[in-house]
Amino acid sequence: MTMISLDAVSKWYGTFKVLDACTTAIERGEVVVICGPSGSGKSTLIKCINALEPFQQGTIRVDGVSVGDPNTDLARLRARVGMVFQHFELFPHLSVLDNLNLAQVRVLGRSRDAASERSLALLQRVGLRDQATKFPAQLSGGQQQRVAIARALSMDPIAMLFDEPTSALDPEMIVEVLDVMSTLAQEGMTMLCVTHEMGFARRVANRVIFMDHGAIVEDVTKDAFFDDPTARSVRAQTFLSKILQH
Amino acid sequence: MNWQIFLETMPEGDAAWWEMLASGLGWTLACAACAWVIALAAGTGIGIARTGASRAAARAAIIYVELFRNIPLIVQFFLWYFVLPELCAPLKRWVIEADPSVVQFLAATSCLGLFTSARIAEQVRAGIESLGRGQRQAARAMGLSEAQCYRHVLLPVTFRVIMPPLTSELMNLVKNTAVAYSIGLAELFFRTREMGEITFRYFEAFAAATLAYMVIALAANRAMRFIERRIAVPGVAGTARSAH
Amino acid sequence: MNGLDLEVITRALPWLAQGLQYTVQLTCVAALGGIALGTILALARLSSHPVVAGVAAGYVNLMRSVPLLLVIFWFYFLVPLGLQWVTGAGSPPRVGAERSAYVTFILFEAAYFCEIVRAGIVSVGAGQQSAARALGLDRIQVLVHVILPQAFRNMLPVLLTQAIILFQDVSLVSLLNVTDFVGAAGKIAQRDGRVVEMYLFVALVYLVLCSAASALVRRWQRTHSIGRHPETAR
Repeated sequence: MTMISLDAVSKWYGTFKVLDACTTAIERGEVVVICGPSGSGKSTLIKCINALEPFQQGTIRVDGVSVGDPNTDLARLRARVGMVFQHFELFPHLSVLDNLNLAQVRVLGRSRDAASERSLALLQRVGLRDQATKFPAQLSGGQQQRVAIARALSMDPIAMLFDEPTSALDPEMIVEVLDVMSTLAQEGMTMLCVTHEMGFARRVANRVIFMDHGAIVEDVTKDAFFDDPTARSVRAQTFLSKILQH
Repeated sequence: MNWQIFLETMPEGDAAWWEMLASGLGWTLACAACAWVIALAAGTGIGIARTGASRAAARAAIIYVELFRNIPLIVQFFLWYFVLPELCAPLKRWVIEADPSVVQFLAATSCLGLFTSARIAEQVRAGIESLGRGQRQAARAMGLSEAQCYRHVLLPVTFRVIMPPLTSELMNLVKNTAVAYSIGLAELFFRTREMGEITFRYFEAFAAATLAYMVIALAANRAMRFIERRIAVPGVAGTARSAH
Repeated sequence: MNGLDLEVITRALPWLAQGLQYTVQLTCVAALGGIALGTILALARLSSHPVVAGVAAGYVNLMRSVPLLLVIFWFYFLVPLGLQWVTGAGSPPRVGAERSAYVTFILFEAAYFCEIVRAGIVSVGAGQQSAARALGLDRIQVLVHVILPQAFRNMLPVLLTQAIILFQDVSLVSLLNVTDFVGAAGKIAQRDGRVVEMYLFVALVYLVLCSAASALVRRWQRTHSIGRHPETAR
């Protein structure tokens, strides 16, 4: 069953085309990694999926609901799609626990106690239950990103979007975040990840999408992408050779 | 120098000069307090409009800020007190019958409140913009509405970030109450001049007023610092971005 | 109220222009004098000599915590007494509010400009100072050739914005019966009983002048900050 589908999605900033007729579909339980050079439109694409960025052409459907339809309740849609940002974007004035509770209480209408119970369980899962009363600034980058993942999970999302979740982290912290993401994938979460972590892609992804200049250039299985490079486009080969060099 | 003058009784009436100045101080504080409430409420609203999704509201907010920032305060006082009643007949009828000090007080608080609100709006806007788009997107990504996003995420951080400039706006407001002298409000500066003109003890009167304004400024500063410390949160103190 | 009488304004224009001229003149003198004195105060505040720094800080804090109106009246009385003391004359000379205002605004604005200049100097950073000293420049050379040129470039928009505020604040001298722009309009307003026309006209002129000036400052800021702050340019 298709969870997220994109059909000929195009987007312009003024006259500059940032997304060029992007078409793909993500099945339930699938883990898809999007990679490509910087400025290729990866982040813009996944921000279009939960309508953080508007797009001008094409359709995006999440669980059958059209994102571009003006009648769609975007808040409700966003509440069902978890998102993790490059710079964590935890709310600095709220404790870790309150970061997780806020939307559960305000959007899902959970009681504070029910929300806290769910939040603590999720913090337990990402190994940070004992940090619940701290403020974000008191945690390391890796811890903050794990809290951000827990915060997204607290809404019981049907899919998760990751926007370069490890690129603002020091190397030793990348692993702890990728571990959390791998576990999530094994549990069957539908995931769309913009990332340069090719090791993660190789281990966890089902499919790899390669983007360049706003267009989806490659959309193939993980094995095809990594093990059969000669069948890939020149641009993807160049990109891969650069990123896998070290 | 004759510091005894403050204990002497005024020529008419039975109050001593120090009591006269104290009553002026009372008007100054009342005027500043009421104007501060207006300024915070209006300034926050305008600051939100300036950064919100509606383009029309943002444009209206820009015009509001430019209007109140680019006309001298004393001219704004004249507009509120002398011009506005002339342009609005029912208001004029009320002004003629009302107690003049009430009219002066209302004109002064409205004038100072809106004048200060334009400055606060700019601080609120700058504060919200300093948070970057990420916080807004993170809040929206979790399904919070725009109003909820401001109420629970953007404003709580913004107000912590802008506490220092808000403190100086409050101190400016207190000082600006002296301009209400121009429409005859019997605030501290008005009473100080009055005392000088009647007793010719200008030096003593001005020294007392200077001291009083310095004490209020200091007290306002301390009060804001106290609030700033009470609401402080790790990583947010004008340094919100450095946490990343 | 029987309609706006715009002819009142046309008839008063030469008189109003004289007032505006005084306002502009006072603004320019006070801005230049204030920046000069403010720079000296800023250097004093940054001085390692505790007494020098303390006196400068005390002066700046005093000026900044007292209403401008009170300062204007203070100097109106103190300037003649000060001149008497300096010249040793038998009685205080008659100075007049028009002229005492120049002293007032230079001394008052210096406190505000001081804080702007100080922030500008601090923004240049210790590395520049060390690098210049390492080249063998003496303290004054470092200041004149390295620190101040960068500092003034960084703070030009803030200085200009402060000058726009000063331009508006000058209007307070009208309460000492000085014929600045607002004072000139006030006198006509009272003589002809045309309060509405005069004050609306004055407000409009200030609005146009100040909006235009701040728009220019913002444009300068935009064109000159590109490349220097790539973070904010996004």
